[in-house]
Amino acid sequence: MVLFIEQLVNGLTVGAVYSLVALGYTMVYGVMRMINFAHGDFFMIGSYLGFTLISSAFLGRTIPLWVALTIMVLFSMGGVGAIGIIVERAAYRPLRKTSRLTAVVSAIGVSIFLQNAVMLIWGPRYRAYPSWSVPDVTWQVGGIYINLMQVLILSISIGLMVALYFFVQRTTVGAAIRATAIDHDTARLMGIDVDQIIRLIFLIGPALGAAAGVLLGLYYRQIHFTVGWTYGLKAFTAAIMGGIGNIPGAMAGGLLLGILEMLGAGYISSAWKDVFVFFILILLLIFRPTGLLGERIAEKV
Amino acid sequence: MGLLELHNVEIAYGNIQVVKGINLSIKDGEIVTLLGANGAGKTTTLQAISGLLKLKSGTITFNNEEIQTMPAHKIVEFGICHVPEGRRVFGTLTVEENLNLGAYKYRNNLKHVKAGRERVYCLFPRLGERRTQLAGTLSGGEQQMLAIGRGLMSDPKVLLLDEPSLGLAPILVREIFQTVLEINKQGVTVLLVEQNARIALRLAERAYVLETGRVVLSGSSLELRQDPRVQRAYLGIKGA
Repeated sequence: MVLFIEQLVNGLTVGAVYSLVALGYTMVYGVMRMINFAHGDFFMIGSYLGFTLISSAFLGRTIPLWVALTIMVLFSMGGVGAIGIIVERAAYRPLRKTSRLTAVVSAIGVSIFLQNAVMLIWGPRYRAYPSWSVPDVTWQVGGIYINLMQVLILSISIGLMVALYFFVQRTTVGAAIRATAIDHDTARLMGIDVDQIIRLIFLIGPALGAAAGVLLGLYYRQIHFTVGWTYGLKAFTAAIMGGIGNIPGAMAGGLLLGILEMLGAGYISSAWKDVFVFFILILLLIFRPTGLLGERIAEKV
Repeated sequence: MGLLELHNVEIAYGNIQVVKGINLSIKDGEIVTLLGANGAGKTTTLQAISGLLKLKSGTITFNNEEIQTMPAHKIVEFGICHVPEGRRVFGTLTVEENLNLGAYKYRNNLKHVKAGRERVYCLFPRLGERRTQLAGTLSGGEQQMLAIGRGLMSDPKVLLLDEPSLGLAPILVREIFQTVLEINKQGVTVLLVEQNARIALRLAERAYVLETGRVVLSGSSLELRQDPRVQRAYLGIKGA
């Protein structure tokens, strides 16, 4: 039972990160009906930007943890959000009127470009977040261990998700995003600048991915310019699981996937955890491509 | 000079020319209808006015200003609102959210938006009763009311209405058209596209008849109702 609950907590921790990344896939798909295969690389760049900041002299050990963390997350969200907007303008917008396959190929090109750019800037070796980034504080709650990093990851990612949910569901611009996801032309007739909405999506999605990148970098500490593909595919699986295009679905899908992965790792073998995830992806694509929440409930965004 | 003028407007989808040089002139405060069979180019013309389609050639002026190169969302801000064919309400959004989006250009003026909503609920009390319901759960007639109400939220000077009677029971059609008349009395110029020529000619002061992308007839509704060609083709009067 202790193992179960511990793996549940571990699963929620990584799952919350998957959710953040999955939101980027699902929002871009919702508005543009396109899978942005470069999205995992936004996540990866986010973790590199966070790494650079925390290993620089600027964010030394003297600054309180919460200040350092806030600066890191905001810095990498801003940086990657800007890259997202540039990528959309340069690689996707010129192809918007062509076939969807063209955009997918362009996305793969962007992915290769970003990975190589990161390799050239930061080098091909593994880099590691400094061990003092987050103090190793652990609490024992009812027989299970929870550490500070897990609490931080869960609270930051859930905070970001709640903020996004309110933005999309409760504001007029959020309604404009949902309307654009339903019907571009009618959205334009409302006076909505669809290009601007798409830019906004390419700011929010990559920014959330970047926050996830920082959090996972702090959690596992090792980062590499190729991690975008693995985590990207995992988050893509989470997005499919929740029904692609569905924002609450992506959140739930990420958490569920994280839990399944960690339970598999705990009870069967941790060496196989990636296999479980991609086995789930294959099963979903074959038997339930509309996601577990199904088409009917899935609100398109 | 009319409020809304189309000069030699040509529109093509790829190589297929759909509108072959039409001229329309709509004066401030009028109701004008565009009649014609399927494929005559009526909807295409409306889409060009609202900026969804680009012209191949020609000009569209509104208030003496050329608007044919403006993007659709700017044209709405200018005061032309297009209520599209098939209602196209946002089904997974509530009635109220749909109306709020109609007033997107006023999104930073919540008071104005609220006043607009109240006006629409006055015009269509049934929408007020269903304000928190998802638009997709409304009946066809209610969706049409919502589509028109949503259009009015931008305070348009010109309302482009595309087939508001489509798929509605006759009693509802009458209700909708009654409201259009009321909207017009409040100073909104209306350009109406209709298949139902009988009711359109009763509502509008003037009409243009389109056939395969050309204006073949135009005049006051009264004249056109007497015209044997119109009677035969659009009013279903035999032997006229």
